[in-house]
Amino acid sequence: MSEEQIKNLEAQFEARIARDEKIEPKDWMPEKYRKTHIRQMSQHAHSEIVGMLPEGNWITRAPSLRRKVALLAKVQDEAGHGLYLYSATETLGISREEMYEQLHTGKAKYSSIFNYPTITWADMGAIGWLVDGAAIINQVPLCNTSYGPYARAMIRVCKEESFHQRQGYEIMIKLANGTPEQKEMAQDALNRWWWPSLMMLGPTDAESIHTAQSMKWKLKRKSNDDLRQQFIDQTVPQAELIGLTIPDPDLKWNEERQSYDFGEIDWDEFWQVVKGHGPMNKERMKARVNAWEEGEWVRDAAMAHASKKQRTSLEKEVS
Amino acid sequence: MSTKNWPLWEVFVRSKNGLEHRHCGSLHAADEEMALENARDVYTRRSEGVSIWVVESKHITASNPENNGEMFEPAQDKVYRHPTFYDLPDEVKHM
Repeated sequence: MSEEQIKNLEAQFEARIARDEKIEPKDWMPEKYRKTHIRQMSQHAHSEIVGMLPEGNWITRAPSLRRKVALLAKVQDEAGHGLYLYSATETLGISREEMYEQLHTGKAKYSSIFNYPTITWADMGAIGWLVDGAAIINQVPLCNTSYGPYARAMIRVCKEESFHQRQGYEIMIKLANGTPEQKEMAQDALNRWWWPSLMMLGPTDAESIHTAQSMKWKLKRKSNDDLRQQFIDQTVPQAELIGLTIPDPDLKWNEERQSYDFGEIDWDEFWQVVKGHGPMNKERMKARVNAWEEGEWVRDAAMAHASKKQRTSLEKEVS
Repeated sequence: MSTKNWPLWEVFVRSKNGLEHRHCGSLHAADEEMALENARDVYTRRSEGVSIWVVESKHITASNPENNGEMFEPAQDKVYRHPTFYDLPDEVKHM
């Protein structure tokens, strides 16, 4: 194809997206669109998979059967969401194997929030309430993104995820209304998860290198800073309602903006964690790679069983 | 399989980009190319679709309705998989 033909195709492609048409796997797409989607969608899938680890840590120690089944169901959902997203990404021509390889070698990123430790039960509450809360704010606009398989996966994910945040907040309510020690535990979890949750919504607009292109492709509909403001404005009243304090001395309602002003985010910390120096980066990767390697014999056995069954049925047909 | 009888194909049509392919019926055809052409003529005469999938029916593995109990009932008592299971004060918004 000549350069001019490609330019022409690209112009038509951008026009389709501008008209809110969806792009489907067999449609022509610019290479950059394909690559950007593979990157973002696989990162999203990896985040679901790695996201199971901090919570898996507490399943056996949940304080009641009710809490335990809820946490199990949530972690199960995350596995499912990872699978929807990996499958959707495969429609762009990358194999599952390649994606796993990228995750396990550290070439691909996942959400940095999962590189923080879950040291008390209250962390299960804080993760559901804050981390899933921030994730929902990120994900709801993606239900309308331009790539059909991604949009459809996100619709399923958002629908199923609505219980995740509620179960987390319910844990926080109970702890905040419990003994002084329980309330303190809830406050401590909020203290530790608040800032990383704000960072989850991505670097500030000035620093975000992908924003303009992603807006055009509807991979993003609001800027990181707008999403962050939305998250803060909706979460602060939820903290107040249960008597917990947001760990930000500069947090203040701004009557004029009808929004909360908030303190400075420690972006150095964010970049440190992104680069692999967070408290749990190594641990998470080790757990993930171990799970994959220790599961190898199960995958092999299933394949061996399947080919044995096939052989037997062929033999039957012949005889 | 008799070589005289054309095999059965299942037809899935995407009515517009953004929506999933939906099963709309089946037809007989000698090979996949003919199945696609026949599917277009049988199922999209009034612009019902922008994309068609055909799959030879024998390649579809279906669950057996007789096993519906063990297949689907276990999900019925897992009420905690639904948002309404969790008690939140009425004042809570956006959740």
